[in-house]
Amino acid sequence: MRPEIHTLFVVAAIGIITGMLHSVLRQVGRDDWAHWVTIVGFVIVLYMVAGYLQSLFQHLQRVFHFY
Amino acid sequence: MEIWHIVGIGLTATALSLLIKHERPDFAFLIALIAGVVIFFIVLDDVLKIIALITELARRAQVNTLFLATILKIVAVAYIADFAAQISRDAGESSIAGKIELGGKIVILLMAVPIIEALIETVLRLIP
Repeated sequence: MRPEIHTLFVVAAIGIITGMLHSVLRQVGRDDWAHWVTIVGFVIVLYMVAGYLQSLFQHLQRVFHFY
Repeated sequence: MEIWHIVGIGLTATALSLLIKHERPDFAFLIALIAGVVIFFIVLDDVLKIIALITELARRAQVNTLFLATILKIVAVAYIADFAAQISRDAGESSIAGKIELGGKIVILLMAVPIIEALIETVLRLIP
């Protein structure tokens, strides 16, 4: 799983969308829902980043003869 | 020429991070992390070539392969600890970055123990 440049845009888009949803929901008065949206967006991106970090570590171990 | 890709990705990630930092600093941190991983994957093939060159040089000079493997591992540990420490420091957690660096230094020292032992044995052999 090699990350490419478009993953950066995906993460930025998810960040902007969750930010907008957060502010909209807070304007409406649903503070609890705003926090849930933030947490879900963050966890989705964190899951992606965890996969990329795992592949980074695997490639590092392969490149630098860690076995 | 990969430098154009690296500079382009770095500047794009910086722009996206600046765009998002006011509203969501947590996503700016994740963007920095992904940019680091992407840039590493771009230079990965070149690193492989350089390591092949170093291995070939060591083979011709008949260096002990234990030393070469240890040095490569130390480079990897230094790189990964520095990567994590810089990203933690960017996110404003200097104390966690310091702990990561401390852990990296101790792991490197532990990996260098066989080399230091060999060095001490060589010195002791030179002393009559």
